[in-house]
Amino acid sequence: MMGPSAYLILSGILFAIGAIGVVARKNALIILMSVELMLNGVNVAFVAVGSYMGDPTGGIFAFMVMTVAAAEAAVGLSILIAIYRLKETIDITELSVLKW
Amino acid sequence: MEPILFTLFGAIAVGGALLVVTRKNPMSAALSLIMSLFAVAALFVLRQAHFLAAIQVIVYAGAVVVLFIFVIMLINVPENRLPIEKPTVYRLLGVVAAGLLMIEGGLASRNFSAPATAVGEVGSVEAVGHALFTDYLFAFEVTSVLLLAAVVGATVLAKKKI
Amino acid sequence: MVSALSNIHEYLWLILAFPLAGVVLNGIIALVAERPLLLPADGHGHDDHGGHGDAHGGHHETPAYRKLVAFIAPGMIFAAFVVAVLSVLQLTRMPAEARTVVQTLFPWIQAGGLSVSVALQLDPLSSVMILVVTGVGFLIHVYSVGYMSHEPAFARFFFYLNLFMFSMLTLVLGSSYLLMFVGWEGVGLCSYLLIGFWYEKDSASTAGKKAFVVNRVGDFGFLLAMFLVFWNFGTLNYTDVMAKIPSLQHSGILTTGLATAITLLMFVGATGKSAQIPLYVWLPDAMEGPTPVSALIHAATMVTAGVYMVARSNALFMLAPFTMGTVAVIGAATAIFAASMGICQKDIKRVLAYSTVSQLGYMFLACGVGAFGAGIFHLMTHAFFKALLFLGSGSVIHAMSGEQDMMKMGSLRKHTPITFWTMFIGTLAIAGIPGLAGFFSKDEILWRAFSSDHGSPFLWAVAAVAAGTTAFYMFRLIFLTFFGASRMDKEVEKHVHESPFSMTIPLMVLAALSICGGWLGIPAALGGSNYFEKWLEPIFEGGHKAAEAATEAIGHGAMAHHDPMEFILMGASVAVALFGIAIAYYLYMVRPEKPAKIAEGNPNLYRLVYNKYFVDELYEWLIIRRIVDWSIWLWQMFDVQFIDAIVNGVAKTVRSAGDETRKIQTGVVGNYAFSILLGAVFIVGYLIWR
Repeated sequence: MMGPSAYLILSGILFAIGAIGVVARKNALIILMSVELMLNGVNVAFVAVGSYMGDPTGGIFAFMVMTVAAAEAAVGLSILIAIYRLKETIDITELSVLKW
Repeated sequence: MEPILFTLFGAIAVGGALLVVTRKNPMSAALSLIMSLFAVAALFVLRQAHFLAAIQVIVYAGAVVVLFIFVIMLINVPENRLPIEKPTVYRLLGVVAAGLLMIEGGLASRNFSAPATAVGEVGSVEAVGHALFTDYLFAFEVTSVLLLAAVVGATVLAKKKI
Repeated sequence: MVSALSNIHEYLWLILAFPLAGVVLNGIIALVAERPLLLPADGHGHDDHGGHGDAHGGHHETPAYRKLVAFIAPGMIFAAFVVAVLSVLQLTRMPAEARTVVQTLFPWIQAGGLSVSVALQLDPLSSVMILVVTGVGFLIHVYSVGYMSHEPAFARFFFYLNLFMFSMLTLVLGSSYLLMFVGWEGVGLCSYLLIGFWYEKDSASTAGKKAFVVNRVGDFGFLLAMFLVFWNFGTLNYTDVMAKIPSLQHSGILTTGLATAITLLMFVGATGKSAQIPLYVWLPDAMEGPTPVSALIHAATMVTAGVYMVARSNALFMLAPFTMGTVAVIGAATAIFAASMGICQKDIKRVLAYSTVSQLGYMFLACGVGAFGAGIFHLMTHAFFKALLFLGSGSVIHAMSGEQDMMKMGSLRKHTPITFWTMFIGTLAIAGIPGLAGFFSKDEILWRAFSSDHGSPFLWAVAAVAAGTTAFYMFRLIFLTFFGASRMDKEVEKHVHESPFSMTIPLMVLAALSICGGWLGIPAALGGSNYFEKWLEPIFEGGHKAAEAATEAIGHGAMAHHDPMEFILMGASVAVALFGIAIAYYLYMVRPEKPAKIAEGNPNLYRLVYNKYFVDELYEWLIIRRIVDWSIWLWQMFDVQFIDAIVNGVAKTVRSAGDETRKIQTGVVGNYAFSILLGAVFIVGYLIWR
């Protein structure tokens, strides 16, 4: 029987790796995948804490996060397709028309 | 038993995640993502969240990552047109910040302890279904609206002629 | 009716409410019906003598709204007059000591120690004022209906006029200095609006501004006086202030110095409003306004507000001998100075304007020698005959199709008999011919200037010379206007006509008042009872008592005993007046070519007097030029180089800072995500280490 700390630390590691992907990569596809990783890290925390507390709410939260992740992936990827058609690139540093 | 399995699947999940953020080729990254997601599903099983583990495999690995792979193949960026990733100070800062966040998360959860009450079957189909259709019915229904909006949005955005 | 209004004093507020209702109604009508006139596009309808009631502008149907205005405006004033008369009648039935009625309408300002209610005070002094204001005001309103009948902005005119009546009645009926100040500012505003009524004319709008600015100087003094009163008395109500004088005197707070400071500042306010030296310069220019305005505001009512204020504060003034001396000297100086300026004026209204300044000087002379009752008496009779003279001059101008230069008049007696006779009566009254109103009031002042504790033979001599000068220039006006050969333009002469009844009837009523008005105050020396003086006594005896307490003076009852000197002086002043008339007759009837020769013989003197002693130019050079120069310096040095530099500097700093910091916005999503990540690091860090 192990405590919840290990799961929480694992969750933090997954979240941080995802964050590194989001911040450091230029490839829009990889960034979207990294966002999925971050969401997954959060899910680990929800499920672990929910099960240790004996409360199904953690599971419900994870469930909702998955739904949001699926919706986000669908919309994000379609935006990516639209951008690629327009700009012929998936490099986010080239997509900076909103700069000063 | 649990510590051993936790260490194993946790290592696979972290390794997969690291591969995702380091691969130049998006297809490799997507496949690494599947690996990571499977490992997390195994961790869910470890925490008796069987239903969520199943959903994890079906929705994430089965739907989301497949969608990624579809898109990767659809736009099919040539190898030489992929963004050139160079180490810069900014990226280093990003890694440091994420590392700091990780350390902070570890510090925050280091001494987290659960109450000594019995661990119920909170992740089972019965438990999740019961909670979902009683206390969280409204949120559940709203989720359907969110998915509908995502379907419409994705369709509209990806259409060639809007 | 009378039984229903058994206590009319509960309805005092109606005196204010009626003119206010007129203001509202006429204001609405002016806004609705005369809206096109307010728009800038309107150019025609105001030619050179556009508004001067030119009777030959062609007859067309009078619009209904003008009839309504012509009914509302005088009607409201008449209603106020009726209430005023009923109130005063009831006041006369009360015992003399109890003749102070205060009606509190509602609390107005409650802040710290300051507590001011909107309250009306009816006592002998304010009763005289409301009767004069509403009575003369009503007659002038009736007159204005005829005089302004060809004016496009008819409703606007009566809107201003009613607003003036409301303000003036607030001034005289208010029970505290603050309420008086409200009315004081209100009449100043209306004066400005009405002087500049024909604002398309540059001289009119300039004159309005001049009046406003000069009055502001005086108002400043009044405000400071009010602050001093509140600071030391803790109240602004007349009754409370008067009641506190003895105790404050006793405790040593109210010293002669303090009383002098308060009263001198009040007198500064009075010199502004009542056109005394040195602030009289605005009144002659105020004649740019329509003639009924000159009659109502700049002769009969508003300009006497200063006299009213001084009389109202008599108890304070009596404590300050220095101020009394100043008031008397300024009054006498103004009387003679303005009278001398009236000699050479060619504009009929300007002669009357200088005459008004001069007569106001008499009133202040009376106040300055402690004869407040005589001052108020002269205020009343002056309101009658000066309103009459102004309205008569308006009738003359009306007949002359807007011509105001007396050199282009003459022989009007035949064409406008009613105007001539009424004006002649007014002239006799102002000249001090025995039996008419002006004689009694002016003689009272002259006698008191001679005999009072504060008076002196010198003051009497100055005032008597001024009286002779007054007689001279007034008869000069009459002779130039109504007698002699016609000097009119041929075109004008064809149209000369007597004014309509709406104008001549007020003239006749005022002429009757100019004859009888003085009979209220026939001095005891002539076998009269001097009812007027007795009526005002309750107001002024407090002041005398306070003064006696302060100076331990004895024998102030001098006013009661008969002195043969009074008859001698009376005869002397009549002789001076007759002498002035005789000179005028000789110069303008017997030898009409003589005045021009005298002017040629003394060109420098003539130029000096004709140009009003160059006082305007002196002020221009001494004060206005300095202020303008200083303002230019402030503008160029302080405003541009300091204030603007700060403002521009701040703007430049912010701009350059923005130029740099906006580069954070790279447009790359990763960078934004990094910001979010940093934020998360800091927040979680705070939560852990807090």
